[in-house]
Amino acid sequence: MSPDMLFNLLSKALMQTLQMVFIAGIVGSIIGLPIGVFLATSGKGELFPAPKTNRVLGLIVNAARSTPFIILVVAIVPLTRLLTGTSIGTWAAIVPLTIATIPFFARLVESAIREVDKGLIEAARAMGATPSQIVYKVLLPEARPSILMALTMTIVSLIGYSAMVGAVGGGGLGDLGIRFGYQRFNPEMMVLVVAVLIVLVQVVQSAGDGLARRFDKRNRKN
Amino acid sequence: MTSQHAGRAGATYAAPDGKPGSDPVAVAHSVPMVAFKGAGKRYGPAGEGGFTAVESVDLTVERGAITGIIGRSGAGKSTLIRMVNGLESVTSGKVLVDGVDVGALGEDGLRGLRRQIGMIFQHFNLLSSRTAFDNVALPLEIAGVDKKAIRAKVGPLLDLVGLGDKAGSYPSELSGGQKQRVGIARALATDPKLLLSDEATSALDPETTQSILELLKRINADLGLTVLLITHEMEVVKTIASHVAVIDAGRIVESGRTFDVYTNPQHETTRTLLASALRLPNWLRSAVKPQPSAGDRVLVRLVFFGDTAFQPLTGRLVAELGSDVKPQPSAGDRVLVRLVFFGDTAFQPLTGRLVAELGSDVNILAGAIEEISGEPFGSLVVSYSAEPDVVARANRFYAETGLTTEVLGYVA
Repeated sequence: MSPDMLFNLLSKALMQTLQMVFIAGIVGSIIGLPIGVFLATSGKGELFPAPKTNRVLGLIVNAARSTPFIILVVAIVPLTRLLTGTSIGTWAAIVPLTIATIPFFARLVESAIREVDKGLIEAARAMGATPSQIVYKVLLPEARPSILMALTMTIVSLIGYSAMVGAVGGGGLGDLGIRFGYQRFNPEMMVLVVAVLIVLVQVVQSAGDGLARRFDKRNRKN
Repeated sequence: MTSQHAGRAGATYAAPDGKPGSDPVAVAHSVPMVAFKGAGKRYGPAGEGGFTAVESVDLTVERGAITGIIGRSGAGKSTLIRMVNGLESVTSGKVLVDGVDVGALGEDGLRGLRRQIGMIFQHFNLLSSRTAFDNVALPLEIAGVDKKAIRAKVGPLLDLVGLGDKAGSYPSELSGGQKQRVGIARALATDPKLLLSDEATSALDPETTQSILELLKRINADLGLTVLLITHEMEVVKTIASHVAVIDAGRIVESGRTFDVYTNPQHETTRTLLASALRLPNWLRSAVKPQPSAGDRVLVRLVFFGDTAFQPLTGRLVAELGSDVKPQPSAGDRVLVRLVFFGDTAFQPLTGRLVAELGSDVNILAGAIEEISGEPFGSLVVSYSAEPDVVARANRFYAETGLTTEVLGYVA
């Protein structure tokens, strides 16, 4: 395989991976964030007490998280077809990736919110804050560093998941590695794909850590 | 019903028991700031399986006073103070704040009430993501105050608590005492009529505790703000509270003016909480027998306060003498000496012998016997004539008995 061809395949796959990861990451997080906040605040005696809804939602989230991703991809084909008009290709792969992101991110957000000192909620209640003011002015700002870490973790996991969507013709780096590197015995391609993935994960992780650190005022010494 | 409370806050908080035709202002001021009327709090089901945290408490908090509620941990004081601003619901009886029944308020009514009550906490409860300035601004943001008014309000508040230069600092950059000062400024932001203090100094060292207590005292005096505080430290109550209630197992066992409760405690819990101040030190307690044998000595506690403290025999407070102390004596002056005794000397009848040596001219000004690591350690500040022969006799006596002494100066 000529270096030119190699480069073309690689850059096309990289773009597909980025497209899948970032669209699924953004859409999944936007939907997952309020679900996570709700899970963390709707227990008995909490800000928005709705213990039954909380339990049902918790079960759904658990079910979605325990379904192996490759099975999820196949199982939601009808939904994918409804949303994108097709069941193959990059866009079709974004649907299961998004669906997998929502419960994953929601659980991480839930634990980030639960980590916020209960004393702060009490202080805000003593000031006469409404439950939604407590969420917007206390819980979300205080949990922001942890939520940014959760987002980083979610995107890194998505990069891993995106390697499996070759099953529905989603393309991307993982698919390239399997088809060219593994099935066609092309070790250069395999090494290249792995190297690009490593760099990608590094970049995402450093950016996420940096952002989280910037917003974390808990242990600042300066 | 609940939305009406928010809409007519002024009407809601007027005294409910005002007689027709009486002056509403006079009525409002005759109502105590907080009144517990048989108030109780029970968790869980009635009967067995539940837990009663607070039981039939009757207590009033006077306007403009600092009232302390003291009790051991688990006595129910945290629950009691939270019943005032509705953080804990009242399950029996009533809690009235400025005449308003807290238990009868809906969510909106409660929020309106809470904006008139400031609260400070043991662990400060500041938002780590906000600067000192923004923490103080939080209750104003919550109350819907516009940005310009917030800016005008927060700066002076930070100045008031002595943190004018720390507006941009995050809580992690502040010391414990500074964090509590931010907490106090935050509690004052909405111009409350009542300040609740939940063990506000329990996480602070003694020196910082004193400075925070002084700040609270100053705020109480300058702003006329009523303060209700809970603590497990008698020292806190002794320093700032004019009134105190002692809580044990969810019940108020004793209450009254701090001075009366402190000098004449009636209940065992109060005596225990007074701890070293009035209780005998361990080394002495173990030596006390209920009946005397031949040759024994009687142990008497003299308590002197008020007018008697100023009489010549019991002496004057050394602090008041401080400015009058001179390094050199003039004719007719008295020597001021500190005697320190410990180990064997602590058990000798030294004061009596000192009086015998020097005549009845000896005046005891201050004294304390403390226990340090199980050893008695006493110090007495005495004064006597500075005439050379009296001083010579005293020095001979000190040399004989091995007393440690320090001449503090001379007073007229």
